[in-house]
Amino acid sequence: MSAAAGAAALSGESYLTDGFSLRSWLLTTDHKRIAILYLASITVFFFIGAAGAALVRYNLIVPEGLIKSAETYNRLFTMHGVVMVWFFLVPAVPVTLGNFIVPLMLGARDLAFPKLNLVSWYLFMLGGAIVLYSLFTGGVDTGWTFYTPLTTQYSKGHVVATVIGIFIAGFSSIATGLNFIVSIHRLRAPGMTWFRMPVFLWSLYATSVILVLATPVLAMTLVLLAFERIFHIGVFDPTLGGDPLLFQHLFWFYSHPAVYIMILPGFGIVSEIVPAFSRKPLFGYTFVVWASIGIAVISFLVWGHHMFVAGTSLFSALVFSILSYMVAVPSAIKVFNWIGTLHKGFIRFDAPMLYALGFIGLFTMGGLTGLFVAALAADVHLTQTYFVVAHFHYVMVGGMVSAFFAGLHYWWPKITGRHYPEMWGRAGALIIFIGFHLTFFPQFILGYLGMPRRYHSYAPEFQVLNVLSSAGTTILAAGYLLPLGYLTWSLLRGERAAPNPWDATGLEWQTPSPPPTENFVATPVVTEEPYAYPRPKPQATS
Amino acid sequence: MNLWLTAATHNATQVDYLIFALVLISCAVLALVFGLMLLYMFKYRAGSDIDRGTLPRKTWRLEAAWTAATLVAFFGLFVWGAKLYLLLFQPPADALQIHVIGKQFMWKAEHDGGQREINAIHLPVGLDVQLVMTSEDVIHDFSVPAFRIKHDVLPGRYEALWFRVDIPGTYHLFCTQFCGVDHANMVGEIVAMPKADYQKWLARSDAGETLAAAGKTLFMRYGCSGCHGGDGAGANQSQSTVRAPSLAGLYGSPVTLADGRVVKADDRYLRDCILTPARQRVASYLPVMPSFAGEISEEELLKIIAYLKSLSQQEPS
Ligand code: HEC
Ligand SMILES: [Cu+2]
Ligand SMILES: [Cu+2]
Repeated sequence: MSAAAGAAALSGESYLTDGFSLRSWLLTTDHKRIAILYLASITVFFFIGAAGAALVRYNLIVPEGLIKSAETYNRLFTMHGVVMVWFFLVPAVPVTLGNFIVPLMLGARDLAFPKLNLVSWYLFMLGGAIVLYSLFTGGVDTGWTFYTPLTTQYSKGHVVATVIGIFIAGFSSIATGLNFIVSIHRLRAPGMTWFRMPVFLWSLYATSVILVLATPVLAMTLVLLAFERIFHIGVFDPTLGGDPLLFQHLFWFYSHPAVYIMILPGFGIVSEIVPAFSRKPLFGYTFVVWASIGIAVISFLVWGHHMFVAGTSLFSALVFSILSYMVAVPSAIKVFNWIGTLHKGFIRFDAPMLYALGFIGLFTMGGLTGLFVAALAADVHLTQTYFVVAHFHYVMVGGMVSAFFAGLHYWWPKITGRHYPEMWGRAGALIIFIGFHLTFFPQFILGYLGMPRRYHSYAPEFQVLNVLSSAGTTILAAGYLLPLGYLTWSLLRGERAAPNPWDATGLEWQTPSPPPTENFVATPVVTEEPYAYPRPKPQATS
Repeated sequence: MNLWLTAATHNATQVDYLIFALVLISCAVLALVFGLMLLYMFKYRAGSDIDRGTLPRKTWRLEAAWTAATLVAFFGLFVWGAKLYLLLFQPPADALQIHVIGKQFMWKAEHDGGQREINAIHLPVGLDVQLVMTSEDVIHDFSVPAFRIKHDVLPGRYEALWFRVDIPGTYHLFCTQFCGVDHANMVGEIVAMPKADYQKWLARSDAGETLAAAGKTLFMRYGCSGCHGGDGAGANQSQSTVRAPSLAGLYGSPVTLADGRVVKADDRYLRDCILTPARQRVASYLPVMPSFAGEISEEELLKIIAYLKSLSQQEPS
């Protein structure tokens, strides 16, 4: 096999030229092609979700709401939340960059279960199709959190269909998580010990553990919800003998760890890029690794911080508050380690690095505002207002989406064999950073002033800040459309990429760009620590 | 643009201090993070030929230092936030009670004197006020930004909030838990007025009966008196054939339950006794009290409870 593969690689053949029929794509078990399928799908979902967000912001330009019907508005923000959370943020990095890069980084031929990988894409698409169908045939107006008994007894929309869609997509998450866990255990290249694994692998490992453990809880909760709605079996509704807080406990038991499903892969990406563009090993590698594991564990113990005003016991509020501070410690450690990596480096500012630096800035702000809402008394004032909206958008959109773009630009030459246009890439990073702040910073103030979230209309004194936020959205939208444009353009016109354009460590760079279907001509062997960047001599010029 | 929010209660000022401290800490950390990042980005840019020396081999000292520093700072913040939070749940015993019922999409308030309002609550400045809240349908949330308080209002149970307003004024009341189509219109105002004005307002409002008086009528109508006695004095009254506990003097006192637990008879307890008696049977009585769930509405319930409370106040011994 290796002889044939070698010949293929030499002749410039790659996974992209290995069959051109639709069938060769839709029935592929090649992790790289599946990653491309996913990339195309989540791009569609991202722009659907973003359209929802744009309309929400458009509505809020005037106090009485530009969209006349409150019902339409409620359905819009629900659609925005559902699509973004389950069909973009949760899967985005693992199923696209993860799918593509994990086997390459491991030095493997494919993931452990290539067919399961394809099945998971079909599950994802089936779930997505059901959700889109229900959203476009009337939608739901419950918010993405589906609080009971509103959802089970009072709401009129397509609750059950939406919930079934999410339920099915959940299995795709579980399959992906399982695939990564087994692959990382079984398929590491000779010489790649656990502590020679790049942090991206560690992050996806931690993410996968959360996916596998938390998603079933969501699935069960959604089934119970559907049962109560259809058959009136009392689980959550007090008039049927149920407990509405039970739903919140179960829901957040999944949904808080889900925040880390979204952000941990981002940590991984940034931990690859910062060393590569500083020409230095990652500062405190072992600490960063253990921080990822620590986050994965503690993230299961903080769900109650979403319920400080919900009527849970005081004791539980105290416990969840202190644990929420605990989970912030490993995140803080990581930020310091990335900065430590910059120290004494030889820093280059290519687009991936700009996105990664943007990530560090935005994530730090998201994390710091998390300290506000972890402090019990401050949370009482700030929760359920725009402060919380801003907080989690800083973490999830500012943080996670920036990291996703960082990774996408970093590995773009590997994935497509083409370079994106560098100047456009840098401009995109800058525009997104600015547009993001303009959109979401005013929302912190709005929240402090008391503006509740999920309001179709609001008191006139909140208007100025809302207009600012909506204005920022237009810049942000431009920032997101830009990469869509130039990345697509580069597919056809971009400069051809060398196997290792960034001169980076990591096995994925030791094979041609784009890689052959078999990934490697000969199985690579790992002989040193990750990020073993040689110290360059300072240039004597300039 | 008004970037200031009145702090109308003592709690609000305290919460503001906490938030300002958090803002200061955040600014300091941001200055550090962005400062170092920009400094290194400039100093160690690839083009610069500054001497970088050798790299430190061991990093654990630094790691331990910043881990410890964050831990200590976080613990301080936790204690600060928790202290203020716990106060929110320790209402003074003699607080003036106002009953709040949330329902899609309005707030109903009832005062002990029988005054009723919708989407507005009048209350006195300088007195401790406790809100006893419940919902008739979905979960709502009672939020007054000027007081920096907020609490979910749940169907099927009582939740309480208390505060003391220092500055007279009219403040926003928002529902902050998404509750359906007109969630954004489930808003109202809190009118905090000097005590004298408040008394005038009470007198002016069309009150009808007091809550307790209305509750007494209901107590008869629902047949409670059949077991508990005509004036709730219960026990082996001549007109009653069942042995049921006396309800006089009950409110606020400890009750021993059949399963050995001892609980305080507060609003929540009285409510549960009437709606779900099977969940807490009083010790040494036969479990004959029927559930009134689904029969008695929230508004009637709070009247009956007001009546039961009035029994304890009269009780001399
Ligand atoms: C069939 C007789 C009966 C009727 C009717 C009845 N109760 Fe009771 N109630 C009892 C008995 C017996 C107990 C003690 C056993 C228990 O806790 O169930 C009791 C207990 C209580 C308690 C707890 C007393 C304590 O000492 O803690 C309250 C409060 C109460 N009832 C209120 C009411 C109200 C209000 C009504 C009318 C809506 C009512 N009851 C109707 C028989 C009755
Ligand atoms: Cu959380
Ligand atoms: Cu509401």
